[in-house]
Amino acid sequence: MAKILLEMRNITKTFPGVKALDNVNLQVEEGEIHALVGENGAGKSTLMKVLSGIHPYGSYEGQIFYDGEECHFTNTKDSERKGIVIIHQELALVPYMTIGENMFLGNEQGSSFKINWNETFGKGNEYLRIVGLSESSRTLIKDIGVGKQQLVEIAKALAKHAKLLILDEPTSSLNESESKHLLDLMLKFKEEGMTSIIISHKLNEVSYVADKITVIRDGSTIETLTKGVDDCSEARIIKGMVGRELSDRFPKRQSNIGEVCLEVRNWNVNHPLYTERKIVNDVSFNVKKGEVLGISGLMGAGRTELAMSIFGKSYGEAIHGTIIKDGKEIHLNSVEDAIRNRIAYVTEDRKGNGLILSNPIKINTTLANLKGVSNHGVIDRDKEYKVAVDYKEKLRTKTPSVEQLVGNLSGGNQQKVLLAKWMFADPDILILDEPTRGIDVGAKYEIYCIINQLVSEGKSVIMISSEMPELLGMCDRIYVMSEGKFVGELSGEEATQEKIMEMIIRGADNTVANSAS
Amino acid sequence: MNSKNKVLDFVNKYTMVIALVLVIIFFSVQTGGAILYPSNVSNLISQNAYVFVLATGMLLCILTGGNIDLSVGSVVCFVGSVGATLMVTNKISAPVAVIIMFVLGTLIGAWQAFWIAYVRIPPFIVTLSGMLIFRGLSNVVLDGMTVSIQDCTGFVKVFGGGANCYVPDFFGNPGGINVTCIIAACLAIAIYVFVMVSNRLKRKKKQYEVEKFGPWCAKMVVISAAIAVFGVRLAQYKGIPNVLLIVVGVIVIYSYITSNTTTGRYFYAVGGNEKATKLSGINTNKVYFLAYTNMGFLAALAGMITIARMTSAQPTYGQNYEMDAIASCFIGGASAYGGIGTVPGVIIGALLMGVINLGMFSMGVDQNMQKVVKGLVLLAAVIFDVVSKRGGKFVAKNT
Repeated sequence: MAKILLEMRNITKTFPGVKALDNVNLQVEEGEIHALVGENGAGKSTLMKVLSGIHPYGSYEGQIFYDGEECHFTNTKDSERKGIVIIHQELALVPYMTIGENMFLGNEQGSSFKINWNETFGKGNEYLRIVGLSESSRTLIKDIGVGKQQLVEIAKALAKHAKLLILDEPTSSLNESESKHLLDLMLKFKEEGMTSIIISHKLNEVSYVADKITVIRDGSTIETLTKGVDDCSEARIIKGMVGRELSDRFPKRQSNIGEVCLEVRNWNVNHPLYTERKIVNDVSFNVKKGEVLGISGLMGAGRTELAMSIFGKSYGEAIHGTIIKDGKEIHLNSVEDAIRNRIAYVTEDRKGNGLILSNPIKINTTLANLKGVSNHGVIDRDKEYKVAVDYKEKLRTKTPSVEQLVGNLSGGNQQKVLLAKWMFADPDILILDEPTRGIDVGAKYEIYCIINQLVSEGKSVIMISSEMPELLGMCDRIYVMSEGKFVGELSGEEATQEKIMEMIIRGADNTVANSAS
Repeated sequence: MNSKNKVLDFVNKYTMVIALVLVIIFFSVQTGGAILYPSNVSNLISQNAYVFVLATGMLLCILTGGNIDLSVGSVVCFVGSVGATLMVTNKISAPVAVIIMFVLGTLIGAWQAFWIAYVRIPPFIVTLSGMLIFRGLSNVVLDGMTVSIQDCTGFVKVFGGGANCYVPDFFGNPGGINVTCIIAACLAIAIYVFVMVSNRLKRKKKQYEVEKFGPWCAKMVVISAAIAVFGVRLAQYKGIPNVLLIVVGVIVIYSYITSNTTTGRYFYAVGGNEKATKLSGINTNKVYFLAYTNMGFLAALAGMITIARMTSAQPTYGQNYEMDAIASCFIGGASAYGGIGTVPGVIIGALLMGVINLGMFSMGVDQNMQKVVKGLVLLAAVIFDVVSKRGGKFVAKNT
């Protein structure tokens, strides 16, 4: 048996209110490619952040052994010195610098007082050759595509003398041939003795490159499968990923579904920066009165982008398609239009896009419907206060007063304020994007109750979620989205986690195959 | 909440008011009470009138996200120059000239606001360019000379802060006390107390939460006392400076707009979280446009106040006015990141700067050292703001 290069023992990491990792164990042998798989939020990225020192020593429990000794990394510099280099899903390159400059950023060639440019670009070209990229290291990053940028990231890691390379979703924005090239590169490095950890949702890729597959679910390691010993089929991996029991975590609801109230036909959206990239590809769907409609899919499938582009073109370029509400075609060119047509979008990013953290609950509650508490542009502050208190009580937001700054509330209570804000805008259709992300089980249950309350009032809820049990427990109908397309539709009764996962993966493979041909 | 927290809370909430009181006490002791002389109190208002007006406008710009307007000093000078030239050289009547000045200032504001709001050129760049453009144009309009508006008595009297620019005493000034001023102060206190009490009663009737009676009462007493002392001091000198009426008008109107109107709310929202504001259906471009257009309008008003006080227009007027306004905002608790700040806070900030100026002047501190002190006060105020918002951690995390 080969030497164990890395061992992570009993790693436990808690964030305020959430246990992200619970006694995780991971062993990586020298010279192997080790895959980490699991659902969104299972804890894969957190584990890698612990390993690379982004979550420094002391902020987690457990031990890390690397190359035979215990390590206490306090930042990424420490781990990089040992040869552990992580490449994040979001590329971290400076667009207006050259490839060479990016490659040696923070690791400049020459001395602090004089950068050796010949060395920079010379070595840069060398590393580019190794990763099979035929570009000059003097090219600006902004002038090369995402696929090539990913290769630059790898070259950058090599320049740091990486011994253990960690790739977080390296192919999520690559097309088939680029992905193939990257995976073959990993196999080539493996032959040269490099050890790699790859995090990926694309199980076909995982089975292509990985020697071992560790499945993480809900912050715990479930199992490690070894190629050639265990069954490594996609079905087997999926079972490991989703195999948890569904307990009674969802409030019951008497569904009372009416007619179609919103229909979207042939909806297309392109990326706002890379305008030739299609993010939402010919999507059609409908939602009925009193229905909870789920949209399932992996991160990056285009669900948020779909919702935001419908909500007054808040995302994307070259948006086209038809929206029909209550039998009439409507055009939503701004958020104002969307609100006027009684559509609300409750963002997944409550801190970034949803709330004003430096303002009190009261002011956040009325922001989307100031007309409702004002008279000819003058705010009736007493009425505003009353509205905020009413919603606070209705949604059972835990806070001493509505004068409390939203930034001081817990995630669950912030989510309730955000819901209150959009409920006060009085929409017919609420699009809830990851409504329970990062909040604890009790608050989740309360959010589910609010959703049930909303649909019982005859409103429609479109729920986007990465948590499959939640969709299965709450939705009357589920659409499955993958790579910008709707790849399936299931009724609440027939849907299972395995079916959804299969649709996603089949959809992803198909799209990749299609784009390659 | 224990008593220690209560004290901390109080200090946090009223930091600048406490600082103002301490500074006043300090200079009173140092100057043997000279800064509290009636003439000095009166001068404090007349000298700093332009700061109050500009700082109010600047607050709206800063609220949108810590954005500043560097051009106000030049715009003040340019509008003043045009106004003076119109009145003196072209013999245009003062009311018409005033209207033209307001329109001119607003148009200048709109010009800069357009680039900032719709083309999204950074405000720093646009207003730096405005600073150069309008300083240059002032020179062109005045031909590098001084235009005296000494003969435009009506204009000077209304906007000025000089010798005769006071509200006349309708009661004959018995015993050297300006009775009109005393009555005005009483009236101001009466209106203030009436508004406070009626609001409280209204809330009680609708069963809303009201402030605790003790603190509420204390706040009312302190503010009323401050108005009373201030009124008596002014009455002992020459009464109410006309420019005080303008300043009070600006403060009242803008306090109302920022705290009670939907438009005012948008300024805070944009600065607090622009993305969330956009996603709430608010046109954020319009908010930026309004902030900078309004700044032009108020710069025009400050221009009138400036030339009236100086009874002339010169191409050098208004230099560093933008800095006074910006400093007042930050000292007065406006956040350098936007979204936080109030008109009363900014006025306290401007007063603090004014008192420090006046105090150091009375003590005979060297002009250059005065600048050093003001610079340090500004830095200290913003450090306090940033550090306290980070929960007291002095050094930022390097992540």
